[in-house]
Amino acid sequence: MKLNLALRELHRAERALAAGLLKVADRHRADHEIYHVARDLARWSQQHVHELAQVGQRYGLNLKDDPEEDSGLLAIVRGKASELAGRRPEPGLLLLADLRHLHRVAAGVSLDWELLAQGAQAAKDSELLSLARRCHPQSLRQMRWANAMLKVLSPQILAG
Amino acid sequence: MASHDRIAEPWGERAPYGPGESWPVRVDSHLASGIDADQVDRWVQSASLLHSNGDAMDIAVSGGRIVGVRGRAIDRVNHGRLDPKDLFGWQANSSPDRLTAPLIRQGGQLVDSDWDTAMDVVVRRSQELLEQQGPSALAFYTTGQLFLEEYYTLSVIAHGAIGTNHVDGNTRLCTATAAEALKESFACDGQPGSYSDVDHADVIALYGHNAAETQTVLWMRMLDRLAGPNPPVVICVDPRETPVAEASTVHLAPLPGTNVALMNGLLHEIIRNDWVDHDYVTAHTVGFDELAKQVADYPPERVAEICQLPAQQIREAARILGTAQHLLSTVLQGFYQSHQATAAAVQVNNINIIRGMIGKPGAGILQMNGQPTAENTRECGADGDLPGFRNWANDSHVAELARLWNLDQMQIPHYAPPTHLMQMMRYVEQGSIRFLWVSGTNPAVSLPELRRIRSILSQQRLFLVVQDIFPTETTELADVVLPAATWGEKVGTFTNADRTVHLSDKAVEPPGQARADLEIFLDYARRMDFRDKDGAPLPPWHDAESAFEAWKQCSAGRPCDYTGLSYAGLRDASGIQWPCTAEHPHGTERLYPDGQFWAAPEYCESYGRDLITGAPLEPTEYRAMNPAGKAVIKAAEYLPPHETTSDEFPLYLITGRTVFHFHTRTKTGRVPQLRAAAPQVWVEMSTKDADALGVSEGDLVEISSHRGAIHAAARISGIREGVLFLPFHYGYWDGANPDQHDRAANELTITDWDPVSKQPVFKTAAVRARRIGAGDGHAAPAPTNTASRPVAADIPPTRGGPAACDDEQLSTTGGAR
Repeated sequence: MKLNLALRELHRAERALAAGLLKVADRHRADHEIYHVARDLARWSQQHVHELAQVGQRYGLNLKDDPEEDSGLLAIVRGKASELAGRRPEPGLLLLADLRHLHRVAAGVSLDWELLAQGAQAAKDSELLSLARRCHPQSLRQMRWANAMLKVLSPQILAG
Repeated sequence: MASHDRIAEPWGERAPYGPGESWPVRVDSHLASGIDADQVDRWVQSASLLHSNGDAMDIAVSGGRIVGVRGRAIDRVNHGRLDPKDLFGWQANSSPDRLTAPLIRQGGQLVDSDWDTAMDVVVRRSQELLEQQGPSALAFYTTGQLFLEEYYTLSVIAHGAIGTNHVDGNTRLCTATAAEALKESFACDGQPGSYSDVDHADVIALYGHNAAETQTVLWMRMLDRLAGPNPPVVICVDPRETPVAEASTVHLAPLPGTNVALMNGLLHEIIRNDWVDHDYVTAHTVGFDELAKQVADYPPERVAEICQLPAQQIREAARILGTAQHLLSTVLQGFYQSHQATAAAVQVNNINIIRGMIGKPGAGILQMNGQPTAENTRECGADGDLPGFRNWANDSHVAELARLWNLDQMQIPHYAPPTHLMQMMRYVEQGSIRFLWVSGTNPAVSLPELRRIRSILSQQRLFLVVQDIFPTETTELADVVLPAATWGEKVGTFTNADRTVHLSDKAVEPPGQARADLEIFLDYARRMDFRDKDGAPLPPWHDAESAFEAWKQCSAGRPCDYTGLSYAGLRDASGIQWPCTAEHPHGTERLYPDGQFWAAPEYCESYGRDLITGAPLEPTEYRAMNPAGKAVIKAAEYLPPHETTSDEFPLYLITGRTVFHFHTRTKTGRVPQLRAAAPQVWVEMSTKDADALGVSEGDLVEISSHRGAIHAAARISGIREGVLFLPFHYGYWDGANPDQHDRAANELTITDWDPVSKQPVFKTAAVRARRIGAGDGHAAPAPTNTASRPVAADIPPTRGGPAACDDEQLSTTGGAR
């Protein structure tokens, strides 16, 4: 049974995604929609981390229940830097790079949920399957959000 | 003929009527003192420009001047009635403060100029930037107060001739969520209901909609039903004790920012009790199961905790909604300008959809708007949409526009939704938009977080053109100011919140060199020498009527079809509701009577967005979800507001309007009766909060947030505990010290917007309040007969006196439907 490996990997990836969303939010504080929505979407990943930690116990895993802690100081510095750079064009390119990265991380998480769901079906673990069915759509929405923001913002950043 | 002080009695005399009966006619009029009706040279047809209700009126002209107004008895919208702002507001036209010449900035100062010089500066800068950077350097920010012909012209210039994606209106602040909520539920904009639904409804639910002050004539219709036999039951959702709340059977006053939780709680009860029209849901909708699953998590007890409401009240409201026979739902800024705006407004649609209450007399939805011509901004593509409710993500729709305008399809940006205002401001901040043309709006007072907005708009590298009728806080920042004509000084059409189209004729000449906005836009197009593919001038029209005829072609076959309308047909007649075609020459009272929607993938205006992330659905996703073009039931979870109260900022702030003023008071602040009724800013707070702060009625209070601080006199009112209200009307043009920035509510508001509709959040910010001194012994300068009604009984009531008396002629017969 390798399900515990899949659980562990997904748990790691979701924690990274939650942290990544928060990091992008802080880095782009002056892009207010990015800031607020990224923080909203980090909640989903944090909730997934929590639920994975719970279910992990059944598979003998001791997974951390808390989100990956970013140093509060670093977040403040990033937020301030974003505000100070608010008038400059360079953060636009950085934002595209960050969204592109988030899209890839979320795509990885989405695939991991798919793997977990497949494994859960084979192992006839209906609790795990229903968890995957509940969480996977949110990973897809996180991914589509990053994609959509890239599509909307890139024309002005690249041609402006 | 009766006479009423319409400042003391904003809604005038009652004319009770029963369900299914026709609303009696009451003709309101007001003429300048000393003028009698027989001294009026002529009456010129128009409609209201100081709110969105679309009340038809005639303008009285004597000796080449406007001397008064009279409601049009034959009109379906108002049956002769007028709002107090309309009875008195016409006086602003002849204010000595009007802009009468173009101004250009020289040596840091705005100086008088002429049209040739000013337009030459604008054209030269446009051409330089087009050469240096291309269309992405230019942006247009317009309003909800020009005419249809003007928006369409601007839309063709921006989307077509220049080919920039940056076109939006201040409708972003007022009606963006109304449009978006309709696009989410019906895949297309278009008001489903009609004002005449008030005549038939047995339950009227007003969600964040203080109709008594925002659409007074619609409220008069409701009041007349309430005064008649078998009156409707009213449900009110509002944190303030508004006149609507006072008339309601259930008044829900949720904590700001919790509307989605409340709506999910109401839907939870409706579904749990199976007050659902399953036949309708099966035949005409998709998505019900998803909704049932989502709202299962919102039992009244949980919702009560989130919204800080009694659970029993939620159950009672749900029972009334769930057992209504003819349910009319209306929505406005309490939802649109709050957290999770679209998600909340869509849940109102969902109640009517799952109860099968759409498109029948008395059973409908009114997603309202705040401005007189906001509907046209939406239709014409001057507000972040493409003209004729065309879908930017559907290439065949863009190809239609390219054919209409005789342009290459590549010339019309459609790689992403048109840029919304708040994003434009970000691009200006970053320096990639370097030319911004603002028409008919005052962002330096009306946008959130004013310190930021002032700093963005006063950048040296930005070329700012402002077109308006008065000097404003925004013209102060401009490089070029263009003086415009207004209502009564130009010809055009406009459409109200229930799709009624009115013609507004020219009564008098504009002052000085002021010109109609249409003339200004066309002049710009000619000087820029915009051409179509074959070298013909673009736009090809030359006046209002030819622009209207061109718009008819653009609207043909689309939901907002105007092809059956004409200037001749609108003259001397009632307003007419679109769609109006050769087959339906009298227009269309209600949309979707048979559960058929404009939602087919190849026809619809929008594929919709994710209600939480705001991401647009891809065409393939929409096709898979809704291949048959049914109504879409969309569910959303509640998310906590982005700014919540804390020890430092323990109160919520909401902003809004009073019945006596419009926007930043550029007009209403120059009208004696209206100015006197609400002369200065005030802040409303509950008795409990006032006691905790040691504040008495009239005391001076400092209110501050993370963004700034302002001063206002305290009005102790029936607002819910923990919430302060500030009117957003008061800027700095008539303030004692214009550089203090201590009066505008938007000094405090947060930069945040609904990710779906992109409407800024004005009603969910955290603030603190501190008493800084006693008032001058008087009560706060707030009206006593509106939502700002004081709790104390000994406050002198708001009165207008003899100068504020109208004439009201009540007739016993009903008016046009």
